[in-house]
Amino acid sequence: MTEIFGVPMPVLLGQILIGLINGSFYAVLSLGLALIFGLLNIINFAHGALYMLGAFVAYWLLNLLGIPYWGALLLAPLAVGVFGVLLERVLLKPIAGLDHLYGLLLTFGLALILEGVLRDGYGSTGMPYAIPDGLKGGFNLGFMFMPTYRAWVIVASLAVCLGTWLLVEKTPLGARLRAATENPTLVRAFGINVPLMITLTFGFGAALAAFAGVLAAPIYAVNPTMGANLIIVVFAVVVIGGMGSILGAITTGFMLGLIEGLTKVYYPEGSAMVVFVIMAIVLLVKPAGLFGKAS
Amino acid sequence: MSTRSVIVFLLVVALLAAAPFVVYPVFLMKALLFALFASAFNLLLGYVGLLSFGHAAFFGFAAYVSAHVVKVWEWGPEGGIVAGTAVAAALGLVFGWLAIRRQGIYFAMVTLALAQMVYFVSLQASFTHGEDGIQAVPRRPLFGIVDISDNLSLYFFVAVVAVAGMLLVRRAIHSPFGEVLRAIRENEQRARSLGFRVDRYKLLAFVLSAALAGVAGSTKILVFQLASLSDVEWMMSGEVVLMALIGGMGTVWGPALGAVVIVAMQNYLAQFGAMVTILQGIIFVAVVLLFRRGIVGEALAFWEKRRKAGAADDTASATLPERQGKAAPGE
Repeated sequence: MTEIFGVPMPVLLGQILIGLINGSFYAVLSLGLALIFGLLNIINFAHGALYMLGAFVAYWLLNLLGIPYWGALLLAPLAVGVFGVLLERVLLKPIAGLDHLYGLLLTFGLALILEGVLRDGYGSTGMPYAIPDGLKGGFNLGFMFMPTYRAWVIVASLAVCLGTWLLVEKTPLGARLRAATENPTLVRAFGINVPLMITLTFGFGAALAAFAGVLAAPIYAVNPTMGANLIIVVFAVVVIGGMGSILGAITTGFMLGLIEGLTKVYYPEGSAMVVFVIMAIVLLVKPAGLFGKAS
Repeated sequence: MSTRSVIVFLLVVALLAAAPFVVYPVFLMKALLFALFASAFNLLLGYVGLLSFGHAAFFGFAAYVSAHVVKVWEWGPEGGIVAGTAVAAALGLVFGWLAIRRQGIYFAMVTLALAQMVYFVSLQASFTHGEDGIQAVPRRPLFGIVDISDNLSLYFFVAVVAVAGMLLVRRAIHSPFGEVLRAIRENEQRARSLGFRVDRYKLLAFVLSAALAGVAGSTKILVFQLASLSDVEWMMSGEVVLMALIGGMGTVWGPALGAVVIVAMQNYLAQFGAMVTILQGIIFVAVVLLFRRGIVGEALAFWEKRRKAGAADDTASATLPERQGKAAPGE
């Protein structure tokens, strides 16, 4: 059997695959964080909780209403997006313009509430969510066995990331969004409804997180604490990439997932820490982040 | 100290001396140590304007070190505290050195991520015993002679440590060093252009804050005879932020009061499990939306307004400034 640095090829490829899947979640979440930060100047600590909420909505849709995976993939982001819109209007709007810290603290409180309520109702052991029928099994690539669902997660995340990138960089709506990120007051003077844009951006970011949550549900169990641990890694990803560019957030997300997967093969004890170590190195070498603008 | 603050200080000492005969000493010790932890944390948030979301690392890792040297190396409690504090200070030096490269929101994310690394180390290292933690840490005699095995005598030792730590924080705040920290909080560029080596001040404040958090953490293991993962978790970092916030960040005694409030709440709601988390979340949201100055901050502002109104002097409004949209440049 082919071995690379003493590791059998299938094991290595399997871990790379898992790394890419984690990378997809990092990418989709840090993308949403970057969009929200751009317009609202808030680091959304509740982003992990919204991701978790997405998985829970999928679970409820299936078990309470009998709506299967494909419906959930559409409805859960929609529902969480609407929830995000409400959050922005009711809670975040009143603190717009205050120090960044208040946004962080408020959304941290939100994350605690969401996590606490669901832990109260469902405990901290996860609930399984079955892989949808069409995506069960796998196919042989010749050099490795590829589980269909995992391939789907990577393809779907990439598609959503690229779609968002196209939306922001290549459409008239995206141009307005970018302008409002640069200078909201001026854009408002041109008669563009910036407050609405801010609300919808937060909703869109929330929907992105929920989409990742639905994708994650069949891989990891649906669990109230699934978002909390992820969000800290995503924060490190954001520090590494810098929040200046969308493509930067996507690239950094996938890249770090991949590195994490490789670490799991060659130095398993370090796999939980490697992202943080990379963050420390990046802070030393390029404090603004790989894709950030120097401050 | 003015005569008034001496009187207040003596009153507090009398109150602390009488308290264990009325209230359960273990609860008091926990409240006092968290009061020290929150005050140490607030030195950074309230006076330099740096929100560290990773202070659990210093608190919890110091607890592990202290528990290990007391239990395995058979050091005395004072040795345990010194060791824990030294490690926390060293950790603070490294974290601070890395984190002060970024400002504002990024600073919070960097400290959170670094602290998570300490959590994973604590989870995997052999000396911390993973999920079990370091249990049954002995309460050896203090300096080899003073017996602290019963809660009441331990209480007096803990009270002295906590009060001394908080007085040190107060001293730092009211010193020329503290003045410079406040200048950095208000306008970093200005402080830099006046010739202050801003990064050095920030780092020193960070190390001091981490070390005092370490004092609180390493003393805590004497009380509970246990060092566990819950002390290094991100949730603990969040709790200390909440204590400072609810009490009033940027006030000297607010965070200590906030700590007492939160510890009391946890005590009464402990049997409801997730309710504590939910309530803490609600408090976060409520404080940010309704009273950002915190309990002590709002009280001071109210007092000031009353005094001003009484003197019929309408030249200025409340003096405690709220931090308005002061974004770090380039962030």
